[in-house]
Amino acid sequence: MPSPAPPARSTLSGVLAGLGLISFVDETVFHQLLHWHHFYDRSTPDVGLVSDGLFHAFGFVAVVSGLFLLADLRRRRSLVVRRWVGGVLLGAGAFQLYDGLVQHKVFGLHQIRYGVDLLPYDLVWNVVAAVLVVLGAVLTLRPRAPRTAGATSA
Amino acid sequence: MNHHHDPGVDLLAVLGVVVGVLAVTAYAVLVVRARGRGRAWPFGRAVSWVAGCLLATAAVAGPLRDAAMTSWPAHMAGHVLLGMLAPLLLVLGAPVTLALRALPAASARRLVRLLRSRPLRLLTEPGVAAVLDVGGLWLVYGTPLLDVAHAHRGVEVLVHAHVLLAGYLFTAVLVGPDPLPHRRGTRHLLVVLVLALAAHDVLAKRLYAMAGGLDLLDEQRGAMVMYYGGDAVDLALAVLVCARWYRRTRPRDVVSGQRQLDLERPRTRPEGVLG
Repeated sequence: MPSPAPPARSTLSGVLAGLGLISFVDETVFHQLLHWHHFYDRSTPDVGLVSDGLFHAFGFVAVVSGLFLLADLRRRRSLVVRRWVGGVLLGAGAFQLYDGLVQHKVFGLHQIRYGVDLLPYDLVWNVVAAVLVVLGAVLTLRPRAPRTAGATSA
Repeated sequence: MNHHHDPGVDLLAVLGVVVGVLAVTAYAVLVVRARGRGRAWPFGRAVSWVAGCLLATAAVAGPLRDAAMTSWPAHMAGHVLLGMLAPLLLVLGAPVTLALRALPAASARRLVRLLRSRPLRLLTEPGVAAVLDVGGLWLVYGTPLLDVAHAHRGVEVLVHAHVLLAGYLFTAVLVGPDPLPHRRGTRHLLVVLVLALAAHDVLAKRLYAMAGGLDLLDEQRGAMVMYYGGDAVDLALAVLVCARWYRRTRPRDVVSGQRQLDLERPRTRPEGVLG
């Protein structure tokens, strides 16, 4: 048998993949398809540009390394799917929250959409993000449901 | 963009063609010699090297260079080719490994000594290579250096040579198959890659923000070519860095029977997270 990896590795792999995937979703859906976001908003301060650059770059490396870790977990037969999915939700939700609260509001990087009343957009964005985080946390922390009587626990 | 070159020979274009031809010829000679010594050389590496030479030359001579005189997107496409894509293909051509196989023992030993020398130890530190590469770009686009380069042929050649060499160094340190004085762990390389790509992205967005010349849209499109072109090459770099880790940490029973000679394989195989 290949040496097994600890369950926490599944969470890490999921979180990295989730962080990366959500930044791809952000780029494709909101920038390229809907054109709600702008490549650059004239009011963006420098700290916003640096934060955006770091997260954009990190997103690429996160999704690639997260998926390679996933492949490694599978070849070691150590993947805990529930923890991996939980990790993806945690990573995606945490990034959405950071984007929605810190980048959009504190750094003023850009807004979700222009020329509309922002409040409902901001609410939906951040509530969805919070729900993702809670779901991810539940999946990660919930003890494994007991199997049928007599089965050995893993 | 408006270039104000003095009339005369286009030094950069001429040198670009000459160096490109020399690089392909030298590589071909080395492959023939290695074969002569009974050492095979993978066809894919040769293809990669030739493609890298073609792209680097295309970036500084010919239609793309002519277009770059008047268009920012063409200028930035040239930058992505010369500083990122061509270096990646050249690095995958593994010229140092080829030279070690082709050269007589005495010359090969000298090459190994050079590889272990103090300056190369410093240059192949990932952080140093990243600063030389992206820092150079900040100098080119953040200072009047670009205007100086456009006015003086010699400076222009130096700037382009730096972009290509620094791009090669950075790529070789991250994903190169050639031997290095030392190679940092995967996590270290990934952190440096994130910081370098971030600095590249911030520079591209600043160029977009500062666009305000006669042709605003042209400048903005150029900045976007830089941004997304850089992303594409860096995605490839991230995959190659992780793929090396994935191969190196292959569990034993998967390897059985097909172990390859891997000089970089550490005595105790790391099993940690991207270690």
